[in-house]
Amino acid sequence: MSVVKGFVVIVILLAAVVRMQMVREQRFSAAEPAQQVLYVSSPAVMTRLALSYDAIVADLYWIRAIQYYGGTRLSKEPDKSYDLLYPLLDLTTSLDRNFDIAYRFGAYFLSEKKPGGAGRPDLAIRLLEKALAARPDRWEYPHDIGFVYYRDGDYKHAAEWFLRAADAADASGTKNAWLRPLAASTLASGGDTASSRILYQQLLTSDADWLRRDAELRLKRLDAVDEVAQLERLTKVYEDRFGDPPPSWADMVRTGLLRGTPRDPAGIPYVLNPWWGDVTVSETSPMWPLPTERPA
Amino acid sequence: MRAIGLVALHVFRDSVRDKVLYSIVAFAVLLMAASYLIGQLTAGQDLKIIKDLGLAAMSLMGLFIAVFIGIGLIAREIDRRSVYAVLAKPVRRHELLLGKYVGLVGTLVVNLAVMAAAYYVVLAYMAWMLPPAALKASPAPPTDPRLLLAVAMIGLELALVTAIALFWSTFSSSALLSAGLTVALYIAGQFGADLKNFEQVVQSPAAGTIGRALYYVLPNFAAFDIKTQVVNALPIADGYVALTAAYALTYIALLLTVSVIIFARRDFK
Repeated sequence: MSVVKGFVVIVILLAAVVRMQMVREQRFSAAEPAQQVLYVSSPAVMTRLALSYDAIVADLYWIRAIQYYGGTRLSKEPDKSYDLLYPLLDLTTSLDRNFDIAYRFGAYFLSEKKPGGAGRPDLAIRLLEKALAARPDRWEYPHDIGFVYYRDGDYKHAAEWFLRAADAADASGTKNAWLRPLAASTLASGGDTASSRILYQQLLTSDADWLRRDAELRLKRLDAVDEVAQLERLTKVYEDRFGDPPPSWADMVRTGLLRGTPRDPAGIPYVLNPWWGDVTVSETSPMWPLPTERPA
Repeated sequence: MRAIGLVALHVFRDSVRDKVLYSIVAFAVLLMAASYLIGQLTAGQDLKIIKDLGLAAMSLMGLFIAVFIGIGLIAREIDRRSVYAVLAKPVRRHELLLGKYVGLVGTLVVNLAVMAAAYYVVLAYMAWMLPPAALKASPAPPTDPRLLLAVAMIGLELALVTAIALFWSTFSSSALLSAGLTVALYIAGQFGADLKNFEQVVQSPAAGTIGRALYYVLPNFAAFDIKTQVVNALPIADGYVALTAAYALTYIALLLTVSVIIFARRDFK
């Protein structure tokens, strides 16, 4: 067989293989396994299996954790389950005990309430305590534990951990003057937008791009909470003046209480309930759902 | 010494003819493809992953070369009967053996050196491409010279693996058996910590003692792994690298001595 004939045969066979795979995919797509499986879930076993390639295996598990989290978060499943997120992060951080972003990423998204996260602050704290055992000199881990408690509404524990973070920062020579005021503010008025704002503004200085973007969104949501409170005060003024809540934003504008239809930080008009006069953000807005913090 | 040098040069040329250095091309392509793909798959940490990947690939490719060429260095000569022709010349048996070893280690060193150069080029490219925030997030600079320490430790590890492969091939005529035994010893050498603490998981004190004895006798390959410390910019204890290098050289000397003794008495008929 000449080289040209051989080449032609190879091209034909390759095209046939691709075509058959496409047909097979169309006919039997339902038979493909869709469920995510973690074949080895024991960090001790995986650490041994990885031999001296533990760092690169940790990277592979890290990539898988990211893909798993992102895939689940973007899925259309009504009941999103993040069951594999903690085991994946546990494996990652057991294979590479210094994998900083895996600890911090894990804490952030394990503690986030469903559907945006796993809603498991207990696992987030367990992961961060593991980080702290590996690197007791890092102030970021006690800070993140405080942050998890804060998001869970446990301001007493949050303040304790912020203080521990301040001590760790002092001990390591990192001057973070904002940590002690944050602890004080958390104890005094935890759960209001002003305290949360301090936390998220610090996250804006983070090196991690995803953390900065998330902090930006959350700060805008806090702005929306304060704006909703302000708008509800105005609807109350309208009700006191006319006896009923305003039927629409146009009525508020006509009476001079507003200069135009109020829009949230994403540019979507706020939604007014004409029966009770309460205000919220549109479900189509990136500001939805609003956080639970009290207005400042 | 001249005979050792000539045999070593022959082994190096042979490995070039056997396309062993193609692994460098595979390494470069792997790193370049990964540097693009990883950015699409992860949320940050691209630099760390490329560093880990580069070091792991250097180690793995070197391991394949050391095992699969190392086991054939002597066995192939005997199998082809070319050993008669070589030993008929003014080359003594130990010179042939040591020349073979030096030749393959030389091939591995050249391989590692070129791969390390390609590795630094990719890291410099990534440093140029990544945003400043991502570079700031990295615990160590992209083209950290300390990475060379990890590469040097990989080189020592591969030199030890080559000595083991050569040792098995001096008395075993089965390439498969030699490869199996070399890989088995490499894997066993990764479990140093488990062997050392074996007495904590077994009831029998004798078994615990055997485990501890194996820990001291088997080559401790886990000691050469400083990749995580280097990539994460963690401190390495003073004298660690020097002592581990001395350990490797002593172990290699031991294996070569045993190999020379066995090879000197081997009957080729």
